[in-house]
Amino acid sequence: MRNAVLVALLATTAFSTAALAEGKTIGVSWAQFQEERWKIDEAAMKASIEAAGNTYVSADAQASAEKQLSDIDALIAQGVDALIINAWDKDAIGPAIEKAAAEGIPVVGYDRLIEDNRTFYLTFDNVGVGRIIAEQVFAVVPKGNYAIIKGDPGDPNTGFLRQGMEEVIGAAVAAGDIVIVGEANSDGWKPENAQKNMEQILTANNNAVDAVLSQNDGMAGGAAAALAAQGLNVPLGGQDGDLAAINRVARGTQTVSVWKNAQDLGKAAGEIASAMADGAALDAIPGATKFSGGEKGVEMNAILLNPTPITKDTLNLAIDAGHITKEAACEGAMEGIAACQ
Amino acid sequence: MRIGRGTSGQPSPSLRLDEDMTNTPQTHAPQTPHESGFTRFLRATEIDPRLLGMVGALLLIWIAFEAYSTFVLGRPSLLLGANQAEANGFLTPRNLWNLSVQTAYIGIMATGMVLVIITRNIDLSVGSIMGMVGMYMGLLQVEYVTPGLGLGHPSIWIMSVIFCVAMGALIGAFQGTLIAFLGIPSFIVTLGGLLVWRGAAFLVAGGRTIAPMDETFALLGGGSFGALGTTGSWIFAVIACVVVVIAFLNGRKARQKHGFALRPVWAETFVIGLICAVLIGAAAIVNSYVWPRGNIAKYYERLGQELPECAKDNDTIYEGVCASFGHGFAYPVLIMIAVAIFMTILMTSTRFGRYVFAIGGNPEAAALSGINTRAMTVKIFTLMGALAGLAAVIGAARQNSATNAMGTLDELYVIAAAVVGGTSLAGGVGTIYGAIIGALILTSLQTGMVLIGFGDGSYQRLVIGSALVLAVWLDIVYNKRIK
Repeated sequence: MRNAVLVALLATTAFSTAALAEGKTIGVSWAQFQEERWKIDEAAMKASIEAAGNTYVSADAQASAEKQLSDIDALIAQGVDALIINAWDKDAIGPAIEKAAAEGIPVVGYDRLIEDNRTFYLTFDNVGVGRIIAEQVFAVVPKGNYAIIKGDPGDPNTGFLRQGMEEVIGAAVAAGDIVIVGEANSDGWKPENAQKNMEQILTANNNAVDAVLSQNDGMAGGAAAALAAQGLNVPLGGQDGDLAAINRVARGTQTVSVWKNAQDLGKAAGEIASAMADGAALDAIPGATKFSGGEKGVEMNAILLNPTPITKDTLNLAIDAGHITKEAACEGAMEGIAACQ
Repeated sequence: MRIGRGTSGQPSPSLRLDEDMTNTPQTHAPQTPHESGFTRFLRATEIDPRLLGMVGALLLIWIAFEAYSTFVLGRPSLLLGANQAEANGFLTPRNLWNLSVQTAYIGIMATGMVLVIITRNIDLSVGSIMGMVGMYMGLLQVEYVTPGLGLGHPSIWIMSVIFCVAMGALIGAFQGTLIAFLGIPSFIVTLGGLLVWRGAAFLVAGGRTIAPMDETFALLGGGSFGALGTTGSWIFAVIACVVVVIAFLNGRKARQKHGFALRPVWAETFVIGLICAVLIGAAAIVNSYVWPRGNIAKYYERLGQELPECAKDNDTIYEGVCASFGHGFAYPVLIMIAVAIFMTILMTSTRFGRYVFAIGGNPEAAALSGINTRAMTVKIFTLMGALAGLAAVIGAARQNSATNAMGTLDELYVIAAAVVGGTSLAGGVGTIYGAIIGALILTSLQTGMVLIGFGDGSYQRLVIGSALVLAVWLDIVYNKRIK
C-alpha cells in the first residue's frame, strides 16, 4: 500500500516536471532575514517553487547592500534560472540587476521596489496599505487632531505609506477638519523611538491628540505604550499583522492592523519566478499591470496585491489563515469581539 | 592644622567634588600667580570645570529649544508666564520629566561604558545584549513564569529583574573572559557579540513581539503609576540632601585626619547648598507635572470614588485636588540615580576604582605593580553586562513588551554619551556624572527636535553626529589649554 502511494507520488512529480521540461533553479536574495515575517514568505515561496518542480536556493544579505551584491553574484554563479530579489537598498542593487540582465536571468523585485524596467515588481500595494490604515482610523475619527508616526527616513516605503494616508485625509486636512499636530520619523522603525516620538507629540500638544496613524505595528506598540502612560486610548492604526498588534486590536487599544498576508506574496513570487524561468515575458505574467509610481517614474510590469485590514470585525481572517492562534489573538480581549467568542 | 587653602597658600592636590579621600589620578592644574577670581572659586569649591562646561552646554541646548518653540513657533512658554495647562515648550515639568525617563536606560549603560573605555576597551555589544536579555526575559515571564505563578503574582517582577541582571552579567563575564584570557581585542569580541546576541534574540522568538508584561514589572518603566509621587519625592529630596551634608562632614573629618587640605567653609557650604538646591528644585519640577486626566480617573475608579470636578477637563487639572497628583521621580530615573551613586562610589572610594584608573593610565605599569588586570577586565565587562541587563528591564517595562529591535544601535548612543561626557578613548580619564550628563545631552537633542517638529528624522542623526564630534573637539581644546 505504502509503495503504491510512493509510486503514485513519484509519477505525478515526474509528470509535472516533464511538463516543464526540466527543474529550474530559482535564487532568492533576502535583504534582512532577521524579521518575523520573512520566514512566512519563505515557506510559501518555497512551496510554490517546488510545486512547479523547481528548486529553491537563497542567501541572506543581513542588512548590507554590499553583501547583497556578492550574494547575487554567488547565486548567478550557481546557475540560477530566475532571481527573486528582496532589495536592501533600492539603488545600490543596480549592479546586480545589470549582471543578471547580462546573463539573461529574469528578476522579480520582491516587496521592495527596484526601479528598473527589466525587473518585475511584486509587492503589496504600499500606497494602498497607507490608505487602508488611514481609512479605518478616519472612519472612526473624521474630525480632530492627528499624529503620524512614520518609519525610517531612508526607507522608500515611508514615503509610499505617507502618500496613501494623504489620499484619505488630505481633503479633510485642507478643509480644516483634520489638523496634523505631529509627524515624526522613527529611526530604524524602532518601537522605542516611536514611543519617544509619541511622548513628545503628546507633550507638545498637551495630550490633544484624537487619532494616531503609525506606519507599522511595532511602532504602533510604542505609540500605544506612550498613550497608555497618559491614560489615553485613541484610535490607532498600524500595519504588518504583528501578533502583538492583533492582540491589541482584540483588547481595543489598536483600531486596525493592515495585514499583508506574506503567504500570498511568497506564493505569487514563486509562481512568477517559475514562469519567468520558463521564458515568459514580463508583460505576459497573468495579472500584470503597469506601475510607474517610483521616484524616477520608470514604467514597470508589476503586480500589487491587496492587503487585508484586521479590525475587531475581521479578526477571524488572521485566525482562520493560521497566522495567529485564537488564544494568542484573544488574550484579554474586550467584550463583543465575534472572533473571540 | 590648615583650615583652608586660602590661608595656606600651598599648592595642594586638586581633588574632585566627589573624590573625598582617594588617590585616583587627577588632572593636576598648576597654580599660577595670576589666576582669576573664577578660577580661585573653582579651586576652592573643587568643582570640575568640565562639569560646568557640560552643564552649561546642556542648559544652552535646553534654552535654545525653548527659545525656538517660543519665538519661532509662538508656543506659550512657562518662562514668560504662560499657565501650565497651556505651556508646551521644552522647559516644562512634563518635558523635563519625559527627558529624565527617556535618558534612564542609556544613562545606566553609559556609566558602565565609562569603566570599559577608561581601561582602553570598548563594548559594541551592549545594545544587542539588552535586546537579547529583554527577549529571553519576556518569553520566560509571559510564557512560563506568569502562567505558572498566576497573573500578577508579586514575585514575577523580582524574578524578572534578577534574571535580566544575572543573564547580562553572565554574557559580560563570558566576553570579558575571551578578552582577558584569550587576548582577543575587545573591539572584535564585542563586535562579534553585537551580531551573535542579536541573532540569538531572533532565534528564540522568531522575531515576535512579546507582550504585555506583568503589571508590577511595567511600573519599572515609569508612567504615572511608576513614579514616586509628590510626598515620596519630597521625602526623597530631603533625605538625599541630609545624606549629602553627612557625606561632606565625614569627608571633611577624613581629610583632617589624613592632613589633606580642606575646602574653605564658605566653599563647602556653597557646594552643599547647590546640591540641595538642585535636589529640591528637581523634586519641585517633577512634582508639578500633574497626572494626566485619564490616569486620575483610573485612580478614582479603583478606589470606587466620585471623580473630582477638576479631573473632568484638561484645563483644570492643575487646580484643586488634581494638582496634588504630581508624578514625582519616575522609578527608572531612581534606578539610574542609584546606579550612578553606586558606580561613583565604586570609582572614587574603592580599590577597584583605583585599579580601573591605574590600568587606564598605563596598563603595563598596572600589571607590573601587581594588579591582576585580567581579572579586572572580566569584572568590568561583567559589570557592563549586568548594567545592559538592567537597561533591558527598563526598556521592556517602558514599552510594556519585549521587541526584537530593542537596543539596536543603542551601543553607539551609549558610547557617544560616555565620550560627550568627557571619557577619553585614549583611556585613563572619565567620570560617571559626565556619562549621565552626556546621555542627557544626546537625549535632549534627539527628542527636543521632535518636540519642536524640526525637520524629519535625518536631522536628528545629523545634529547628534555633529554634537559628538564637537564635544570631543572642545574637550581636546580644553585639555591643551590647561596644559
